[in-house]
Amino acid sequence: MFGYYLDLALRSLRRNKALTALMVLAVALGIGASMTTLTVLHVLSGDPLPGRSGELYYPQVDPQDIKGMSPDKEPPQQLTLIDGQNLLQAKRADRQALMTGGQVPIDPSDSSLDPFYAEARYTTTDFFAMFGAPFRYGQAWSAADDEAKARDVVIAGTLNQKLFGGANSVGRSLRLAGTSFRIVGVLDGWQPNPHFYDLNTGAYAYGEQVFVPLKTMLELHLDHNGSTDCWGNGGGGTSSILPSNECVWMQFWVQLDSPAKVAAYREVLVHYSQEQKTLGRFQRAPNARLRNVMQWLDHNMVVPDDVRLQTGLAFGFLLVCLVNTVGLMLAKFMRRAAELGVRRALGASRRALFAQLLIESGVIGLVGGIGGLLLALLGLWLVRQRPSDYAALAHLDLSMLFATFVLALGATLLAGLLPAWRACQIAPALQLKSN
Amino acid sequence: MTLHPIIAALRKHKAGVVLISLQIALTLAIVCNAIFIIGQRIERINRPTGLDESNLFMVGQQWVNVPSGDDPAGVEKLDSMLKEDLVALRGLPDVAAAAPINSLPLLNNSWNGSLALKPGTEVKKEGNTRSTYYFGDEQTLSTLGLHLVAGRAFNAGDVQHHGFRDQSAPAGVIVTQAIADKMFPQHDAVGKPIYVDGSTTPSTIVGVVERMQVPSTGSWANDFAWNSTLEPVRLNANFSRYVLRAKPGRLQAAMHSIPSTLYAVNPLRVLDDDSVKSYADIRAEAYRADVGMAILMGVVCLILLAVTAAGIVGLTSFWVGQRQRQIGVRRALGARKVDILHYFQLENLLIAGGGAVVGLLLALGLNRLLMQHFEMQRLPVIYVLLGIVLVLLLGQCAVFVPARRASNVPPVTATRSV
Repeated sequence: MFGYYLDLALRSLRRNKALTALMVLAVALGIGASMTTLTVLHVLSGDPLPGRSGELYYPQVDPQDIKGMSPDKEPPQQLTLIDGQNLLQAKRADRQALMTGGQVPIDPSDSSLDPFYAEARYTTTDFFAMFGAPFRYGQAWSAADDEAKARDVVIAGTLNQKLFGGANSVGRSLRLAGTSFRIVGVLDGWQPNPHFYDLNTGAYAYGEQVFVPLKTMLELHLDHNGSTDCWGNGGGGTSSILPSNECVWMQFWVQLDSPAKVAAYREVLVHYSQEQKTLGRFQRAPNARLRNVMQWLDHNMVVPDDVRLQTGLAFGFLLVCLVNTVGLMLAKFMRRAAELGVRRALGASRRALFAQLLIESGVIGLVGGIGGLLLALLGLWLVRQRPSDYAALAHLDLSMLFATFVLALGATLLAGLLPAWRACQIAPALQLKSN
Repeated sequence: MTLHPIIAALRKHKAGVVLISLQIALTLAIVCNAIFIIGQRIERINRPTGLDESNLFMVGQQWVNVPSGDDPAGVEKLDSMLKEDLVALRGLPDVAAAAPINSLPLLNNSWNGSLALKPGTEVKKEGNTRSTYYFGDEQTLSTLGLHLVAGRAFNAGDVQHHGFRDQSAPAGVIVTQAIADKMFPQHDAVGKPIYVDGSTTPSTIVGVVERMQVPSTGSWANDFAWNSTLEPVRLNANFSRYVLRAKPGRLQAAMHSIPSTLYAVNPLRVLDDDSVKSYADIRAEAYRADVGMAILMGVVCLILLAVTAAGIVGLTSFWVGQRQRQIGVRRALGARKVDILHYFQLENLLIAGGGAVVGLLLALGLNRLLMQHFEMQRLPVIYVLLGIVLVLLLGQCAVFVPARRASNVPPVTATRSV
């Protein structure tokens, strides 16, 4: 029966080429636009570290003075250096890493390259294991290296390619900001998106080229950048000058493997705040937060407003296209009232007619879906040509490909329901008589 | 022609009429809001920074192996290097003017704080005037092409230099008209003392410039977009920025001559692809997302209107086909071609008008929704009215082709098909 209905549907669609083309085009445009924007939204709101992100938490405490305090106010987005170091040394989580970002000039002495800037991350040893950064060569520096302010550096695979042609460069030296460093590890193409651990650098398509122990950076006064927020007489601090302890500029991440540990760590933060208040450093009542990666990204609303707005617009557009298709399908089905009347009179049940008409709308949905897919690929290609920071990420994955067809078929079947039902209500005798 | 027969006929096609009105209503709601968003973006892009932007460009560079600027000796060394650069840049044949500066409007890299009328207040205190700080020398104001409306520009005697960390407030500052109006609404601001970032020593306002935008284009800076303070200070760090004005028509040549000139002064520095940038590029980069959004909205609106027009053509064509006989009867009874044409045009006007009324409500509702979730302002009614005119015109254009076909139905059809 399905084959027969399909044949009928194709015949009917062929009979009215312009109308069919219009319906298919409307569905394709609507699907294409919504899948393009939905894919961008999907990519941008994705999990940067699938499987790991649930165990990674971002502690916040409130070291600000009493002025400007109001209840329920969020603590600062980052930590001061001193609080970060205290919490790091307390080692109350399974793993923990303190970090900030910056830029360092690299002087490739034994190559023909000119000196250039590279994005840098200053952090502590657990960073790599905690975030699951894969090494191609070598390994992370050790906790002892952290303490010894070792001149060690881990470099990204892309930098290794640029400087050493992709060869194993572990053990070789690299001049950063005028100081010689020893390469201890080379990462294997690792760049989480969004750049969740420090959103100040831009949330997307940002990856560090060099990773240097934090204490080494503090000793050498390497440049840091990102956000520095001060209160009281904290003052600023830019470039190579470190901010004071009345400024927050550090990110601190911890790994907590179980809900019990998360609850315990919340206690640790409250207890730490109380202790600091007793010592006179903190002035406010304990005001701590502990969010995991996805909660942190939600809290910071990393997905650009424009992208959400575009997605909304595209779905509005799809809705109009579908209403349009409903109208056209209604016209088409009603025009065939006579034919349907004959079929009814010859014994076809309403249900059979309904199935036949739905198959016809399903065919439109399928063809529209293929058209929509092509348009979405074109749309994503256009997005990638745009110079925004997330543009390069806009690719259709398998789940979105599947979603395209489900959306196209589902939407057109839904759109076909009303016209098909209306067409089935036709009394057979009346139609036969009028002919 | 009375409306009665049209309305009676429409009753027979309830589903089709409802669908096409709904489509027009949705189109109207989306198009109104999209055009409003486009208008807002264009307004944002076109706001003047206060600078004379033609022939302006920026140079940013970083020295390698230099003192950090924490101690007085380091600061002196850095300052002498900065001055060497300035001498070299000012000596270039294609450069009309050059000056040090820490940032520029639209550069999205800013140093912000607050100004107070009393000494020693808290930086984040409510009631302080938020401001961004620009640091430059006696030539910065003229190089930027700022328009001085009161007082005087900085002279060489005003200009100090210090390290980045140094928070000492300068003796004199220049503020924008926006700051002067906010802090001294009743009086002339020139000669008045203000306190920079909770300082205990006053800084005297020596001049007022008409307008100068802050570096940040982000929405968080919307509240103080025109609150800029210029300090006569050369900031000394291991990097520096310069703003330069090329001689008319010599912008490319001037920009091209920068790297070799600076390397000749001191080769131990890093200049990368972004180091020399025309102001036009800075502007384009700052508003890239807005331009993209406006274009996208525009394209979607056009396609939406096209789809809706196609829908009207399709459905009306169907109705014309269905009513062939009735049209023939009317023609046989004496109706002229133009009567038939008008019938379909009026019918479309009724349907589109109904859709427009619903669309008006939908447009305002959608605007409310967007205001809740995004930074949107209230949709002015003029946009909705323009939108209504647009969809009514669209309906009339779309209906014309099938309506003319209807008017060409010969009267003889009435006798033939029965």
